[in-house]
Amino acid sequence: MALKTIQPGSAPPHAPSAPKTNARDRAERRLAFRMTAPSLILMALVAAVPIGYALWLSLNQYSVRTAGLSRFVGLENYINALASHEWWAAFGQTFLFAGLSVTLELILGTAMALLLNLAFKGRAVLRTVVLLPYAIVTVVSAITWQTMFQPNLGLVTNVLSALGLPGGDVVWLGEHGYAMAVIVLADVWKTTPFAALIILAGLQVISSETYEAAELDGASKWQTFLHITLPLLRPAIVLAAIFRTLDALRVFDLPFVLTRGANGTESMSMLAYTELRENRLVGEGSALSILTFLTVMVVSVIYIRFGGGNIRDVAKEEQ
Amino acid sequence: MSTLTAERTTAAPATGRKSPKRRLRGEAKLHPMVWVFVVAVMGFSLIPFYWLVNTSLKKGASLSQGELFPSQPTLENYLVVFQNPEFLLALRNSVIIAVVTTTVALVCASFAAYALARLKMRRKAMILTLILSVTTFPAIAIAAPMFSIWRDIGLYDTLLGLIIPKLTFALPLAIYTLTSFFKEIPRELEESAYMDGATPFVAFRKVILPLAVPGLATTAILVFISVWNEFLLAVTLTSSPEARPVPVAIAFFSGTSEFDQPLGTISAASVIITVPLVILVLLCQKRIVSGMTAGAVKG
Repeated sequence: MALKTIQPGSAPPHAPSAPKTNARDRAERRLAFRMTAPSLILMALVAAVPIGYALWLSLNQYSVRTAGLSRFVGLENYINALASHEWWAAFGQTFLFAGLSVTLELILGTAMALLLNLAFKGRAVLRTVVLLPYAIVTVVSAITWQTMFQPNLGLVTNVLSALGLPGGDVVWLGEHGYAMAVIVLADVWKTTPFAALIILAGLQVISSETYEAAELDGASKWQTFLHITLPLLRPAIVLAAIFRTLDALRVFDLPFVLTRGANGTESMSMLAYTELRENRLVGEGSALSILTFLTVMVVSVIYIRFGGGNIRDVAKEEQ
Repeated sequence: MSTLTAERTTAAPATGRKSPKRRLRGEAKLHPMVWVFVVAVMGFSLIPFYWLVNTSLKKGASLSQGELFPSQPTLENYLVVFQNPEFLLALRNSVIIAVVTTTVALVCASFAAYALARLKMRRKAMILTLILSVTTFPAIAIAAPMFSIWRDIGLYDTLLGLIIPKLTFALPLAIYTLTSFFKEIPRELEESAYMDGATPFVAFRKVILPLAVPGLATTAILVFISVWNEFLLAVTLTSSPEARPVPVAIAFFSGTSEFDQPLGTISAASVIITVPLVILVLLCQKRIVSGMTAGAVKG
């Protein structure tokens, strides 16, 4: 994965003389340990401990009425969750959302990257403009798209009615398919710049000699893109896909603000949140959050296995 | 992924991105379709912003008409927002949380990143994998247990109770981005410090840190934006205006039902908190781009 940016072994040793090396090595390792320790301890405390505790919570049932009263139920919370319609609905919606938004983001992101790689007046302006949606708060992105699709008030709904197209008189956030479309659009708007910039970075390392050779061979622009640019861009696209997918599977803010999870737009994270905060079911909510966690981990392992291998190969070839 | 970062120039002066060769290529006339596409991309990025501002300037009846330009623009929504004590509290909370979290993360991360970028170390690859994998954790897996722990020990609904879990994601982002910045600083500079008898720690303090100021600034911006934007932890671990940061305050602005949200006021509040971020992007566009592609980690 992206880890390969940091090649641990590749650092040339800078200890000049042989006899001193060992003592110096040991001192260096000790220093390295001391310098990383605060961060690692802090991360263990804020990441590992809570997740371990969530595992424990998920094996218990907690009284809603009497604070502190609980009983050990083993895997019951998991069994109930996995047998429930809610979990699989949220699971399906989350993957539907991730599939749609990441696909669109990669296609648009590649196009945007190609555009940003061209030398033309105003490229800097375009890059700044493209970056704007990325920096804003996700909640604001949700509200922005709510104003775009609000009945009567929205730009999209008004334009659609003015043109006599379907969708003008639809309450977009009130129906499943339409609501999902708005959520996907809000995500694509905000995060395509991220995909574009990763892909652009990949594009900028393709040498111009490669293109000149293709031109000499009489390849058309489209052929060049299909047979040269795209294969060479693959690692960058896979990297963008990994980050975007793992992020999309955690989706929470957009459906929370746009629909509060209504009309079948509840995501895995939202379902866990609802059980925990609204329904005060600590054990059930923890089990759902662990299930969400495991789902994301499984997907990332799959990506690294099947996508990451190629990244490593390319990185090796480059060296 | 050395392929992705190879092109970036040394960290110290973040200039001279484009090689002269690259400039020459593509100077040829652009196809008109390209311009169509440029305009389309600009429109897609900017029109929603325009509509948000447009909505924020409307009031009452004109709010429910989709006028392209508000016929009677009013700043009343903005007044309402600024007179709302909960919004002002939320602004204060957000600033405190983001500043403290970014500072703590940056201090811890700069040490760790130096060790990971430069020093000999056991299990370095494993540590980096661990750090990176934390960035992919779903926040709900942290938020759910924190909700229970904080309620037991009294940190629920406090600023500190938000700063601590936010470090979960701020710290790996900072370490990862900084590590790639530190790697770009030419090694020769440290070597000459070693020649003068400096220890690795002195080299870090006297040579690397001053050179890494642009990288530190970039990382600070990225971490700040990501902490400022974070929503799930914030909404799970707070319940009162005293601790709620801005995104949560805005999400709960209506409070009542989803059918009569005061969209004008909500839009005005959204514009207010977006302006500083827009300014940040306008001023630091290059930095943000280099940081995003250096760490390749999303905020």
